[in-house]
Amino acid sequence: MEKQNITAYERVLLARSKDRAGIFDYIDALFTDFIELKGDRLGKEDGSIVGGIAMFHDIPVTIVGQRKGKTTEENIKYNFGMTSPEGYRKALRLMKQAEKFKRPVITFIDTPGAYPGLEAESNGQSTAIAENIAAMSSLETPVISIITGEGSSGGALALGVADKVWMLENAVYSILSPEGFASILWKDSARASEACDVMKITAEELLEFGLIDGVIPENENMMETIDGMLLAAIKKLQKLKGPAIAKNRYEKFRRIDGAYVGK
Amino acid sequence: MMNDIFHKRKKSLNHLLDLRKPSRVEAKITCPHCKEEVLVRQVKENHKICPKCGFYFPMTPEERILSLADTKSFREQDKKLRTGNPLDFPEYEEKLAANEERTGHMDAVMTGTMMLNGIETAIAVMDGRFLMGSMGTVVGEKIVRITEYAGKKKLPLIIFSASGGARMQEGLFSLMQMAKTSAAVEKFKKDGGLFISVLTNPTTGGVSASFANLGDIIIAEPKALICFAGPRVIEQTIGQKLPKGFQRAEFLLEHGMVDMVTERKDLKEVLYKILKMHR
Ligand SMILES: [Zn+2]
Repeated sequence: MEKQNITAYERVLLARSKDRAGIFDYIDALFTDFIELKGDRLGKEDGSIVGGIAMFHDIPVTIVGQRKGKTTEENIKYNFGMTSPEGYRKALRLMKQAEKFKRPVITFIDTPGAYPGLEAESNGQSTAIAENIAAMSSLETPVISIITGEGSSGGALALGVADKVWMLENAVYSILSPEGFASILWKDSARASEACDVMKITAEELLEFGLIDGVIPENENMMETIDGMLLAAIKKLQKLKGPAIAKNRYEKFRRIDGAYVGK
Repeated sequence: MMNDIFHKRKKSLNHLLDLRKPSRVEAKITCPHCKEEVLVRQVKENHKICPKCGFYFPMTPEERILSLADTKSFREQDKKLRTGNPLDFPEYEEKLAANEERTGHMDAVMTGTMMLNGIETAIAVMDGRFLMGSMGTVVGEKIVRITEYAGKKKLPLIIFSASGGARMQEGLFSLMQMAKTSAAVEKFKKDGGLFISVLTNPTTGGVSASFANLGDIIIAEPKALICFAGPRVIEQTIGQKLPKGFQRAEFLLEHGMVDMVTERKDLKEVLYKILKMHR
């Protein structure tokens, strides 16, 4: 890793940069024969989530990823990567479908958070996120999540209950944005940079805590690295039966206790 | 007499509205909702509801259990679990100590088993007073333990939520409790367990978007704020005032997100009927 001495807040800015690779850059580089599948079957299509099936080497996989726009127009269309309940429900539908056909699920996470809007709340944002998290925890097929940019709040976790959770070197993963954090804790969103230092949101820190499983260096070989990691992980997971995969995943999250004290 | 519900006597909470303590005949309190002066005695006799405007005062875990459990039937579990401050967050320990002093609890949820009209049930009640009922590693661990215990013993599970969301001071450890608790209740439900979730004011953020909204049956208390993003965040996003009653229990009922809105005076009976039908 090259940029060792940049601050956590600088990483936040890097993670948000519109020059960063987006979901289709990953799809193009890593998969072939991508077919996009749309809609939640309940009345909506949420463009902030891209879903579909594709070939990964000789393995059919399901891909679910968050999409930010690269232009203002795109950003409005995809709601800046802020997912609504309809998007989570589409993701859930596709993950359940993957389970049926025993396809591994690969999710790409990049969101400033679930959409905090009137309609999103009316349509059950909490329920949609909760149901995704619950369903992913028991999905009887391999699930791998890569946090490519911002992994913010339950809106990120709703795609992140995986057998392997990896982060790009300059990605961040947090309970909420540093601005939101500073505003809640210190009533001052301008102290975001300071917040980053206490929040522990960088890939390096989270790997050390054991909260993620790997860090992907951001260099010219990044896509090859991801390709290699994905292939190895999927091959290994596919040796297990569906229920065993789900059981291991349950245990993995069950163990996260922050070393509480007492019995 | 009221203390008899608890197997062991709990430290008195020194709370004006503590249902377990007698109050002076003339003691009064100002209702935070209607701002009227009301008799403490009247509020307490009325399930901690303002007799003037119907405002629901928050109930402590002890009071909630008291209002539901058969005499001497409550057995608390994991009482001594305390967070390890996983991020080494500055000033967190002091905050925890102050909250423990104030509430008599080491974190924001009380769990255990009790009998409700003779039916044994596992129960968890969140304490909205403890760091706003936020979920960190201890809340996550205790919810999972009581859920797994209920699964093992084939008991129904009732969880009362009251939470401002994730525990800021525990960062991503806190977010991961959403996964951990959701996974546990999902497994419990798949194995045939009955999970009744009761949403009280407020149930928001990470708790709302995990176990709280995964009940087989979801009951909300009248006017409770139930949401993922809080009203202030949404007002900032959309740049306008929210409609009256938005994100309140009745609004969620209208939008199909909860099964029912149940008044406190009826809650025990409703819970009993549901439990009876799942024996
Ligand atoms: Zn009142």
